[in-house]
Amino acid sequence: MAQTFRLPEGGQIDRAQSLGFSFDGGRYRGYGGDSLASALLANGIHFVGRSFKYHRPRGIFAAGFEEPNALVQLGEDPRTDPNQLATLVELVEGLAARSQNRWPSLDYDIGALNNLASRAFPSGFYYKTFMWPATMWMKYEHFIRHAAGMGQSPRERDPDRYDKTQAHCDVLVVGAGPAGLAAALAAARSGARVVLAEQDHLLGGALLGEAEATIGGAPALDWARAAEAELRSLPEVRVLGRTTVYGYFDHNFLTLIEKVTDHLNRKPEHLPRHRLWKLRAKQVVLATGSIERPLVFRDNDRPGIMLAGACRTYVNRYAVKPGTTAVVFTNNDSAYGAALDMQAAGIEIAAIVDLRREVIGPMSEAAEAAGLPILADHAIVATEGGRRIKRVRAAPMDPSGGQVYVSGEPIDCDLLAVSGGWSPTLHLHSQAKGEIAWNEELGCFVPGEARQAAHSAGACNAAFGLASCLAEGATAGQKAAAAAGFKAKGRKKAAPKAADHGFLPARWLWLVPSDTPLGHGGKHFHELQNDVTAADLQLALREGYRSIEHVKRYTTTGMGTDQGKTSNVNAIGIVAEATGRAVPEVGVTTFRPPFTPVTFGVFAGRDVDELLDPVRRTPMHGWHQQAGALFEDVGQWRRAWYYPRAGEDMHAAVTREVREVRRSLGIMDASTLGKIDIQGSDASELLNRIYTNAWKKLEVGRCRYGLMLGEDGMVMDDGVTARLGENHYLMTTTTGNAAPVLAHLEEYIQTEWPEFDVYCTSVTEQFATISIAGPNARRLLAELTSDIELSPNDFPHMAVRDGTVAGVPARVFRVSFTGEAAYEINVPSSFGLAVWQATMTAGEKYGITPYGTEAMHVLRAEKGFIIVGQETDGSINPIDLGMDWIVSKKKDFVGKRSLTRSDMAKPDRKQLVGILTDDPAVVLPEGAHLVERVEPQPPMAMLGHVSSSYYSPNVGRSIALALVKGGLAKKGQKLTAPLLDGRKIGCTVVDPVFFDPEGDRLRG
Amino acid sequence: MLLIPCPYCGERDETEFSYGGEAHIERPKEPDKLSDAEWADYVFMRPNSKGVLLERWVHSHGCRRWFNVARDTLTYKIHAVYKMGEKRPRVPKTDYV
Repeated sequence: MAQTFRLPEGGQIDRAQSLGFSFDGGRYRGYGGDSLASALLANGIHFVGRSFKYHRPRGIFAAGFEEPNALVQLGEDPRTDPNQLATLVELVEGLAARSQNRWPSLDYDIGALNNLASRAFPSGFYYKTFMWPATMWMKYEHFIRHAAGMGQSPRERDPDRYDKTQAHCDVLVVGAGPAGLAAALAAARSGARVVLAEQDHLLGGALLGEAEATIGGAPALDWARAAEAELRSLPEVRVLGRTTVYGYFDHNFLTLIEKVTDHLNRKPEHLPRHRLWKLRAKQVVLATGSIERPLVFRDNDRPGIMLAGACRTYVNRYAVKPGTTAVVFTNNDSAYGAALDMQAAGIEIAAIVDLRREVIGPMSEAAEAAGLPILADHAIVATEGGRRIKRVRAAPMDPSGGQVYVSGEPIDCDLLAVSGGWSPTLHLHSQAKGEIAWNEELGCFVPGEARQAAHSAGACNAAFGLASCLAEGATAGQKAAAAAGFKAKGRKKAAPKAADHGFLPARWLWLVPSDTPLGHGGKHFHELQNDVTAADLQLALREGYRSIEHVKRYTTTGMGTDQGKTSNVNAIGIVAEATGRAVPEVGVTTFRPPFTPVTFGVFAGRDVDELLDPVRRTPMHGWHQQAGALFEDVGQWRRAWYYPRAGEDMHAAVTREVREVRRSLGIMDASTLGKIDIQGSDASELLNRIYTNAWKKLEVGRCRYGLMLGEDGMVMDDGVTARLGENHYLMTTTTGNAAPVLAHLEEYIQTEWPEFDVYCTSVTEQFATISIAGPNARRLLAELTSDIELSPNDFPHMAVRDGTVAGVPARVFRVSFTGEAAYEINVPSSFGLAVWQATMTAGEKYGITPYGTEAMHVLRAEKGFIIVGQETDGSINPIDLGMDWIVSKKKDFVGKRSLTRSDMAKPDRKQLVGILTDDPAVVLPEGAHLVERVEPQPPMAMLGHVSSSYYSPNVGRSIALALVKGGLAKKGQKLTAPLLDGRKIGCTVVDPVFFDPEGDRLRG
Repeated sequence: MLLIPCPYCGERDETEFSYGGEAHIERPKEPDKLSDAEWADYVFMRPNSKGVLLERWVHSHGCRRWFNVARDTLTYKIHAVYKMGEKRPRVPKTDYV
């Protein structure tokens, strides 16, 4: 089909660029510079979707971001985007769009039956109908979701790339209409760093849709082109087209989404699809324009009913006739401008129906002079037409404007252009917590005081005349630049001359009367996207809702993807009128980011797959890989988990590793343990205050185990700390707590004990740690070192020695987490792999066995050693763990006072115990609940849970640690673990040390 | 996102900092002499005030130094920053309801 509705000339389009596209399978052509909506209209297509609830036919309604109806699905999986505004989609060759919310097709839609049954769908319908019984909700939901479907999200992974970037500027100007351009020019000329962001791909804003506007005696768009050229020539200015400022956060932090390649037919490899800008601006100028409001009259939603300003834009910017015979319905002067432009484009104006009693105003008078048929003090009381409007009826109103007594005159048309006034686009101002005030004369909310360094200018500041926009823009730009430290240079340029009329006078009738009562014989939609009518609002009010926020949620008005851009003010007006309150008393609902929907992809950006989170590997990582280790994540670290040999499953491998450590010799990579170097004359005092036990008498060359609490008395971390010198310690922490422990120390040093002479440095990554454990550990170490005395007297358990190991300077701790004689050899990271290999070679004769974290867990559990974060969860204190032996009674330490709070002494606190299952072969799942009495079904009184559970080859049975209420007093008692699979496992509470309770092996 | 003027590094994004709650709550010198209620008050209880709050921040991903901030909890305006141990700044009285 040819572009029957394309004007022969004019418009901001490129006729040399003919572009093919499809909609619902039909093939069409448009031009470069078209939006999908303008190209559809050029082909005579208005009907593009079905409404959300009633599935009524809906057409293209607007020309910009305020579009409530024309939501389409673009492209095919995986490159498919739901809920895209046809008015914002730039036409590209091959674009494939589909209508949404219809089944099986747009023309024959089963859901349209909802419209016939609409009495069954009042506001609050879901709340009222699907409340009971609760068990049925899942069933209901399935059908509701299907019926109220928007577009479909892609099922496959998004193949595109997205970027994030940071930026700073002196002045951010949002919007490149006349006010924004004037502001950007003024700010840029002062030398400020300016970013100008415009969601459209052309600069000019409202000027793009107005043919007759002039600035300084020349066409307004010439001025806009010159302004753009000047801005682009300035080195400190960045013009971002196709970029929407969608969020305005604290301290002038704004987020922008730039659509980089959507409009390109060939998308260059090096460019991301969209780019997220995180921008910090010293000053912001908001020049976001205004949004035209529809009128709320009966059956005001048929395809072919459009905003008057949008009709004007389609005629002037896109050279498209949105119809052949138009009726204009207005309450203000601005629609007359649209009528004149449409007439000039060859559209027959059948009538201008004006709610106002008198036809006054510059555009109205021009239209009257041009001989357009005008019906003043009339209302449109009904519309007809299924997939396109074909007729309206206009009738005179009573003097109050609240009643109509006749059914009115029919007027044939295929286009109804509507204007109900203009609302400043306050979204960003409001997101930035700026105040909002009601302007009675203009019938709209206007920005009040800004809470941040922001200036509103132009139509978004209720300056609706072109000259005012230019003047306000220039002033705001200058002020913003000055506030950012840039004085205007030279003489102030006078604002260029332009006409300065707004849309007044107007008559504010929130609800246009009809010849039938509200809700009968038709629907007065105020909210098109979510299908909410004036009758729904009144029902909500009758049912007792008063707050506009509650009315919003109950009726869902303003809760669509457009966030009620065209509907909110009308909703508030209708509620105000119905409740006899003034509009400001009703107030506005909250504006929230994003201004328009944002692709999920930009939030992820490049932070996906291997870039999602840094991976930390030890110096020996490659060796573990070659040895066939499986790895587990511990925070960002990848730790060797176990080393299966051919044919071994996890159980077999771990059992072998655990056995070998106790039989002869094991080796483990412990490099990930946190290491903090602590130096200074107050180092001992610091440890004394941070750990629960005493530190001052620890000899140089000795180590001590310490328990660290939060001020609430709960266990925070544990580890061994060595005294390397009089004023020098090396603290080790658990792998996951290395950073929090350092932060904990620094906080106390800086905020509570600033007089301390002490310095903490993280050295976790500076050292590789090789732990060797088992009866042959000492023999092996003796082969690797010649300058460290190893006899138990010279180098006892819990001592530290410096020396040479495998020819490398090393620091060796004799500490044990396995219960075996064990040494932790610390060498500079770069030597880690070499020393590991040397140790492996020397250990061959002992059958040295590399073991991973799983075997380590079993070994320590055999000894009843806790793991912070496994046996503790932030609510467990040392007494609960049976570790009162490490808690000093004499000195103060962080968390001490909390241990004497009355709750800490309660006998039914959860305490650490060992658990042995009646059947030694059964290994309880970690997390299993323990009960005293088993009920036939939940709930039953739970006593606690299993925190660690393994099969222990050395004990020859399963073992478990658990936290049980009053557990210390329950030793010997029988408990049951009822499992999810129905099994009920009998077990006994025992002491948590299962192996070598005397610790002889440790000291050997 | 707040823009926090670290007294050591200058203005940085909030994501570089960690929050430390209300400032000028000194750890009691002799905790054993406090009643359970007094100790609980020190450890757990903080006013949720509307208006200018003196609070602690640490530049975790920068200089790692703790400092104090006078910030309005309603407007998020930062009235002053000052180093640990320095005197409280004069801050405007707010009469929010």
